[in-house]
Amino acid sequence: MPQVAMTVNGKPARGEVEGRTLLSSFLRDNLGLTGTHVGCDTSQCGACVVHVDGKDVKACTMFALEAEGAQVDTIEGQAGADGSLNVIQQAFQDHHGLQCGFCTPGMVMTAAALLKETPKPSEAEIRDYLEGNICRCTGYHNIVKAILAASGQDAGAIAAE
Amino acid sequence: MKASAGGYARAESVRHALDLLAGSDGQGRVLAGGQSLVAAMNMRLSVGDLLVDISKISELSGIAVEGDTLRIGALTRHAQVGTDPQVQAHAPLLKDAVAHIAHAAIRNRGTIGGALAHADPAAEFPACTLALGATMHAEGPDGSRSIAVEDFFEEVFTTALNEDEILTGITLPIAEAGEMQILEEVARRSGDYALVGLCLAKRAAGHRVALFSVGPKPVLAMGAMAALDAGDLDAAVDALSAEIDPPSDTQASAAYRRHLGGVLLRRAVARLKGDAA
Repeated sequence: MPQVAMTVNGKPARGEVEGRTLLSSFLRDNLGLTGTHVGCDTSQCGACVVHVDGKDVKACTMFALEAEGAQVDTIEGQAGADGSLNVIQQAFQDHHGLQCGFCTPGMVMTAAALLKETPKPSEAEIRDYLEGNICRCTGYHNIVKAILAASGQDAGAIAAE
Repeated sequence: MKASAGGYARAESVRHALDLLAGSDGQGRVLAGGQSLVAAMNMRLSVGDLLVDISKISELSGIAVEGDTLRIGALTRHAQVGTDPQVQAHAPLLKDAVAHIAHAAIRNRGTIGGALAHADPAAEFPACTLALGATMHAEGPDGSRSIAVEDFFEEVFTTALNEDEILTGITLPIAEAGEMQILEEVARRSGDYALVGLCLAKRAAGHRVALFSVGPKPVLAMGAMAALDAGDLDAAVDALSAEIDPPSDTQASAAYRRHLGGVLLRRAVARLKGDAA
């Protein structure tokens, strides 16, 4: 089987994969990084969003071999080495931006991509950017608040739904 | 479900990719951004393909103005098309289209060449290239050739590309001074495929109207274009209604799609006038 090598959360990672092995499968099954969730395998739910060379992508819609040589960042790399939550994760906790937690890794990684591109997004920009991430628990409201708060803005300013 | 593939090979150059396709016994499948192909493979709609990954061929990516044409490499990603200042200046229709294509994470992987070669009848880029009168550039075992967009899209997921050819890029006439380009679409959900979409370009020589999601391939609405040139919007809507033959499916009936075509034409023309005022 072909070998693939990439950098995952700053550390070199390699493994044997099939041509059809998805990046999401490689992360979960070969590397044991099960924080990247797989909801649909068809690009719709966004639970598997990771960053490849700094860009948010759906890990279920990319083969592991396509990530040869790439810098991949997953939810496991977001917290500090001591386990302290990063600003986005902390905001999700503070604003109750999750209930069951299944969509949360994808939400956090998508939020991180948004804030890199747009450090102070409006509520509308946040909702627009989250169009590829489905949450069945929260109704999105607290997720939007969490991302507003993570960007240093007043989360209380958005209307209650 | 997970994808089933007959193999995977990473092409180092266009020539290498063509050799891999030629040696694949008809099973070769070009993998560009993979945002339609991988999902289709995961659903087992496509099985046993020998994947020829062209995504690392850097010469196929990029945007350049060459005289009065805009050249876009096949591997240029949607996100890049959507933010490139040259696209904004010379083919704003493509920039507007990007906002309607799926989601940010998909736009970071999907490529314009992949979308055109895939030829999904509900996709934006094929109709945009038809409205703008693009030329497709392909490379095959016998060299390169150019294909006029009017001859490129043939059927659902079917183009004039031969199985041993690769789409390498497209060229478009750059927008004239004062040219207006407008995209309108109706979709059930943000980022979902259009129920109906319409591209309108207004040039000195006349109007160009192309629709998507109204049949097996994008349609150039010649009757509507002639009526708009004559300044008769009602006649253009009637002509449009007569020259499209949209399908009924679980998303929308043919009658509703035909109606939407007229609505979108009126919206686009209203924007044309509003913006011009």
